[in-house]
Amino acid sequence: MTPLALLNGHLLDPAAGVDAPKDLLLQDGRVAEIASPGKLKHANGASAPIETLDASGLIVAPGLIDLHVHLREPGQAYKETIATGTAAAAAGGFTAICAMPNTTPVNDSPEITRWMQSPDRGARVRVFPIAAATRASKGEALNDYAALKAAGAVAVTDDGRPILKDSIMRESLAAAARAGLAVIQHAEDTRLTQGASMNLGPVSFRLGLRGMPPEAESQLVDRDIRLVSELRETHPQLSPHLHVAHLSTSAALAAVRQARRNGLRVTCEVAPHHFLLTEEHVGLYNTHAKMNPPLRSEQDRDALIEGILSGVVDSIATDHAPHAQHEKEVEFELAPNGITGLETALGLALRWLHAEWKLPLGRVLSLLSAQPAALLNLKGRGTLTLGSYADVVVFDPKSEWTFHASASRSKAKNTPFDGWPMQGAVRWTIAEGRVAFASNS
Amino acid sequence: MPTATPARRTLHTPPVPASPFPYHPGSLLSIADLTVDDVGRLLARATELEQMDPLQRDRILLKRRIALLFYEASTRTRTSFELAAKALGADTTLVSNLSSSIEKGESLKDTGLTLRALGAEAIVLRHNSSGAPWLLEASTRLPVLNAGDGMHEHPTQALLDLRTILAHFDPATRSVVAGPSSDPGCPRSLAFGDLGKHEPGADAVNATTLAGLTLTIAGDILHSRVARSNMLLLPRLGARVLLCGPPPLLPEVAATPQRHGPVAGGPGIEILRDFDSALAQSQAVMMLRIQAERLAGLQLDLDEYKAAYQLTGQRLAAHAPRALVLHPGPIIRGMEITAGVADGPQSAILEQVTHGLAIRMAVMERALLQSAENPDANAQNTEPLP
Ligand SMILES: [Zn+2]
Repeated sequence: MTPLALLNGHLLDPAAGVDAPKDLLLQDGRVAEIASPGKLKHANGASAPIETLDASGLIVAPGLIDLHVHLREPGQAYKETIATGTAAAAAGGFTAICAMPNTTPVNDSPEITRWMQSPDRGARVRVFPIAAATRASKGEALNDYAALKAAGAVAVTDDGRPILKDSIMRESLAAAARAGLAVIQHAEDTRLTQGASMNLGPVSFRLGLRGMPPEAESQLVDRDIRLVSELRETHPQLSPHLHVAHLSTSAALAAVRQARRNGLRVTCEVAPHHFLLTEEHVGLYNTHAKMNPPLRSEQDRDALIEGILSGVVDSIATDHAPHAQHEKEVEFELAPNGITGLETALGLALRWLHAEWKLPLGRVLSLLSAQPAALLNLKGRGTLTLGSYADVVVFDPKSEWTFHASASRSKAKNTPFDGWPMQGAVRWTIAEGRVAFASNS
Repeated sequence: MPTATPARRTLHTPPVPASPFPYHPGSLLSIADLTVDDVGRLLARATELEQMDPLQRDRILLKRRIALLFYEASTRTRTSFELAAKALGADTTLVSNLSSSIEKGESLKDTGLTLRALGAEAIVLRHNSSGAPWLLEASTRLPVLNAGDGMHEHPTQALLDLRTILAHFDPATRSVVAGPSSDPGCPRSLAFGDLGKHEPGADAVNATTLAGLTLTIAGDILHSRVARSNMLLLPRLGARVLLCGPPPLLPEVAATPQRHGPVAGGPGIEILRDFDSALAQSQAVMMLRIQAERLAGLQLDLDEYKAAYQLTGQRLAAHAPRALVLHPGPIIRGMEITAGVADGPQSAILEQVTHGLAIRMAVMERALLQSAENPDANAQNTEPLP
């Protein structure tokens, strides 16, 4: 692979504390050299050919990492494939994405975990499978976490089918702790959400839709925190890590904050749609505003913004959930949950968290790279120090652009953000030293 | 675990986009789509159509094609729309989920597009899923008349309920006169005196038309589209609406004012759990059946329910001896209402059915004669299109 020099850019690497003009040399998939502008030794004395990219006026930052992506392969390639999903990821500035196991069949084996990472899938960026916590995600029997980890799984979860049984969740937390993995819980007490298709409240009453109470989320988070706490008491040698997926309620956020104050390893992610939109965005049965967890009340949304600004929220994750057009063009109650998110996360985060709500650029980027890398222990990612992976996003932080779903690289177009103004256009995404995306401009 | 909410700056957040609905000005998706003037025009037109010579009336929509698309069993609503369409001369075709491609898994969108391709110019939709009429309208861009969607709305029912109430409401004394109206062919005679002299127009109703009237809606409000449409309509005409029922069937949010969109709660709507005291304040009471098919595991002690909320002759005599009794049907005699009350002198239940015909004629005429290019066609031009 030809070495790649990124010249004249402004390196913003929050994990390394770098915020300065720097040139970077990327070689063999790693960061080979970092120097002041014009001072790259290798580039100046190079005899071998070298490719250069001029990043004048642009931010050079660690490639983004998404902890929560549904790639639909194996089994539902009509919605998305690993190739199309990772192409969308690259266009959105992501260089590594974690793939949820609710595929068909469920990824509950080392075989499927390896299959998803095979070069034959045509991934543009690194795919880290998150394996199922229980067999077929049925919440009954644990999988072999050590074997899954050896095959490349970076965490376990039964996303979409929360583990309700106390005993199974306790076992899962303990087994995952032994294997050095986090348990990611989609916190929803499904006994409280039967037949529901949006948040429970005045809007669901008005629309005549059954609602999911916020307690369905917060009570399960409370339960999981209690299990972590009990495990710490009974097994002091274990350090279980509970990660709350797509946290959406004020009450669950308060519970996570408190658990951390109590010294427990409890972390969470928030999706852009949950810190931007409310149940009012369901409008008149817009199925592109239907996801699980649902868009919540204004009070919940505001609490999430506050949680991001104050640092309680550990990561921004998209919950990219592609669906075919015909699947969303149905009655609201019948439509599948989920929206795409890979190509809008950075643009929305910069437009709202940074420009509107004044979260420093470095903190925004950290929520999208350094922090998710640290949460799942993705070594050599989320930072651009010497020797780390050459995962880079280069973008113009000031540029404004409009997202058009029709131009999406994803197979799916199910997004509520079609036509929305965005900030910070991605110029290049470089994944392990290869240009995975280059904008036309 | 309550979070402390410190006083903090208010953040600018993404706005809620304006609704593109209805796409077609002839559609009636929600009762909230109608202005008070629209309601007045429809009421006035209903009376004109009702009184018109049938041979002249059936030229209004002569040979126009209206599809009735029914995903739920229905007697009165389906027949009412069908008869109303035929009274205007329109051709109707009934498509029900039990005798069509719907059974084979055809989507609502495809069924709608197929009906349009077959020449349907408007679709009357009854559907078990809330919001289905919005999907159908967006897919076909035809005028869609919501004949009841899930637990959401039933706008023509609210209009016919209003017409029934007005037929018994004396604006001079601000009171309701129960019992048969003096001229059954002209149910509004009590409200407006001699219709020969008074031509009800757009000014027939306004924000104070029902001022002084208190109406109780009692029963399974959570699952009722009739309740929701009436709650969106009657308070806009000045009525006070009391909601009455046990918490599982009447959550507190029912009376919460909405910040965006149509006002479901707001001024004029209160929850009063005690049926007797609600009755004592009411000039009209609308009883709703328990929708067993939508209870979804909800446990309800029916004996307790009847003791607290059944409308009995005794209860009516004790607390509301002059109130008008309404019920959208179907009635479950002996459950929410006794046979004696349903058949009694205060009952307007069958009268409601008759008013439904007139309302649906007006609504279907509006659907087909009001086009995007000529939104006021309905007001001036009642000639059939060439
Ligand atoms: Zn989930």
